[in-house]
Amino acid sequence: MDTFGLLAAGFAAALQWQNLIYAFIGVTLGTAVGVLPGIGPALTVALLLPVTYRLDPAGSLIMFAGIYYGGMYGGSTTSILLNTPGESASIVTALEGNKMARKGRGGPALATAAIGSFVAGLIATLAMAFVAPWLVRIAISFGPADYFALMVLAFVTVSAAFGDSALRGVTALFIGLGLGVIGIDLQTGQARLAFGIPDLLDGIEVTTLAVALFAIGETLVVAAARGGLDDDIVAVKGSIWMTMEDWKRSWPAWLRGTLIGFPIGAMPAGGAEIGTFFSYAAERRLTKHPEEFGHGAIEGVAGPEAANNASAAGTLMPLLTLGLPTTATAAIMLAGFQQFGLQPGPLLFTNNAQLVWALIASLLVANFMLLVLNLPLIGVWVRLLTVPKPWLYAGILLFATLGTLGANGAMSGNLFGLRFSFELMMLLGFGILGYVLRRFGYPIAPVVIGLILGPLSEQQLRRALAISQGDPMVLVHSPLAISLYVIAAAAVLVPLWFRLRGKGQVFSQLAADED
Amino acid sequence: MNKLLLAALVSGAMAVPAFAADYTIMAPAAPGGGWDQTARSIQEALTAEGISGNVQVTNVPGAGGTIGLAQFATQESGNANALIVGGYVMVGAILTNASPVTLDNITPIARLIGESDVIVVPANSELQSMDDLVAKLKADPGSVSWAGGSAGGVDHIIAGLVAKAVGVDPTKVNYIAYSGGGEALAAVLGGQVTVGISGYGEFESQIAAGELRALAMSGENQMDGIPTLSETGVDVTVENWRMIAAAPDITDEQKAAITADIKKMAESATWKSILETKGWVDMYLDGDAFDTQLAADIESTTTVLKDIGLVQ
Repeated sequence: MDTFGLLAAGFAAALQWQNLIYAFIGVTLGTAVGVLPGIGPALTVALLLPVTYRLDPAGSLIMFAGIYYGGMYGGSTTSILLNTPGESASIVTALEGNKMARKGRGGPALATAAIGSFVAGLIATLAMAFVAPWLVRIAISFGPADYFALMVLAFVTVSAAFGDSALRGVTALFIGLGLGVIGIDLQTGQARLAFGIPDLLDGIEVTTLAVALFAIGETLVVAAARGGLDDDIVAVKGSIWMTMEDWKRSWPAWLRGTLIGFPIGAMPAGGAEIGTFFSYAAERRLTKHPEEFGHGAIEGVAGPEAANNASAAGTLMPLLTLGLPTTATAAIMLAGFQQFGLQPGPLLFTNNAQLVWALIASLLVANFMLLVLNLPLIGVWVRLLTVPKPWLYAGILLFATLGTLGANGAMSGNLFGLRFSFELMMLLGFGILGYVLRRFGYPIAPVVIGLILGPLSEQQLRRALAISQGDPMVLVHSPLAISLYVIAAAAVLVPLWFRLRGKGQVFSQLAADED
Repeated sequence: MNKLLLAALVSGAMAVPAFAADYTIMAPAAPGGGWDQTARSIQEALTAEGISGNVQVTNVPGAGGTIGLAQFATQESGNANALIVGGYVMVGAILTNASPVTLDNITPIARLIGESDVIVVPANSELQSMDDLVAKLKADPGSVSWAGGSAGGVDHIIAGLVAKAVGVDPTKVNYIAYSGGGEALAAVLGGQVTVGISGYGEFESQIAAGELRALAMSGENQMDGIPTLSETGVDVTVENWRMIAAAPDITDEQKAAITADIKKMAESATWKSILETKGWVDMYLDGDAFDTQLAADIESTTTVLKDIGLVQ
């Protein structure tokens, strides 16, 4: 059978009524667990995977797909409404999405996230069906030096996109880079800056830092502000649904996000969050409404959400064609496949074509089910913001704390015989850091980005240099790396050149403070 | 704890009747990894065979299992229902991290399964056999880059042992650590490194598809016609085993009861079929024989980690 025939057969399996019910249950369960801050899709799937074991392979796969998408969407919902990203890939969504929600535009923000995820998922899944083997070859040809060049590009574009003061942005970035050094060094196995505290051996958890800086920091700012309760959150202003203007601004962002996220997801060491950074930076560069960025620009939600979902589909390519689990969620999927005797790898498409295509069809069906379930619920979600402010922030604190305890809540700290959760103390400590940063006008997103990109770029640089036995020329050895450096240089120089020619207004507006 | 609550809800929804022993198994690793899969498989087998009615798995990831180990040893002391999964990787991690809690602080019950590492090269590599690799290693140790799991883990240990066995200074081994076998596999397939070394399961399908060439297995037995290291003249035998252990300070009767439960599980049809699906090798060993083996493994690992220079 050709690709289309196989896909059609996959749909026939996925669209049976009992399978649709499984998809519905999966999406509901996944969303319910995914809205807890700190619990990302990986943990959601791991917790709920045993539920799917009782079903036949097709039913199990489709329920699994539902849980996965539900978990991802749940994370975006809390990002947008409560400014508490559930996982690293929805940190960028919080930047613009939460600003929109506060201005009464939570409905369109949630809608553009849901529809953008669906559009990206659809395109990326179809693309995966047709170009997977070819694209994966390119993805694995990325060596450590090329990854390092990609990270350099990410640093350059991302730091240009945040904050109006380069100095403040870079300071925040360096705080993140500093935090990224903490923990056991992968290449030597030695602990760095852990000060003998076992909880620090594995480094700082990205979600803990993000939830602390965003949610706790913000709560402290509100609590500390004199008459802080004046600045009211508007739950709904104007249409709860997306306007024509919203659609017009969203769809190019969805497509660009998909285009950026998909190949990055396919790379063995890419990571979904890097796609969202690039997408946000791109939208900020290309927007016709630069003044809105930092104050709730819909492109800033549409693009990164699409990139996140496209990248999730991209992750499946190395998994299905090479048996390479490139994310925690993919590793759990691998365990799920093995339940049915599936061995992901180069022979999977030939040996188990039917199940693979059933999975691909299931992903599409689950993605659609998510849309069906969540669009009507948006009205309910945004009512959350009509909760009086003191209660709302108390609720945010409660959920942030619960999520952290749930994800990593071991009572491992011990001070004078008093047991406490070290992770929770870190949450509070970083919350105070978030308050101080906001108080003095430093952007907070670069801190989280530094924590994510710092260790990645360090490992790649050291791998490249170890393989070349210390020859730095290896960094500019491949055409790929050279092109990435050229793009990075252009990203710095082109705006400078425009500014020198007196067209600087656009770019200084572009750099409006994110807070 | 949220996870516990959820796990309880999920298992509660399945309406399982209560049996005598309700075990809690700690997987000292993130969901999805080898220890997590082992813990969840034990959970499945114990409940399916009716040995235990309600089994819960908790994940405490980090630092090669030593974070979970420390938490388990301090919090579950004397609790006969608490179990923890561990393995050879933990032996190395305890040493490299200078962990204050060691395997002496818990009660090892039985070794359950094992997996042999395999040394592979990309299909288009000039290295055809282990002899070629040894020759290259002897000529210039730095020119052979080894991709494998984290530094000080079983992959790194085997690379060090191979170097030592052929008379090359183990500190000269150019080992490139990747987080998880997946990334290492990508590096080998992409020709970024000279050789890859990881669990057989990680590379199995690529070897079958002809994308990778297997040079040798680290374990005692051949697998799919791939020679063992000792058959190629390199005197190294290491299996990456996984075990189950109980809490410290339990009574001898409690230990015996747990051992009986685990033995019953390990001999069950459910367990055998899980091993079959996952491709794990049964290496069941309990009692004094296991204790002796464990002591020997700890001693040899200490030596090699000192040789590599990771432990002072």
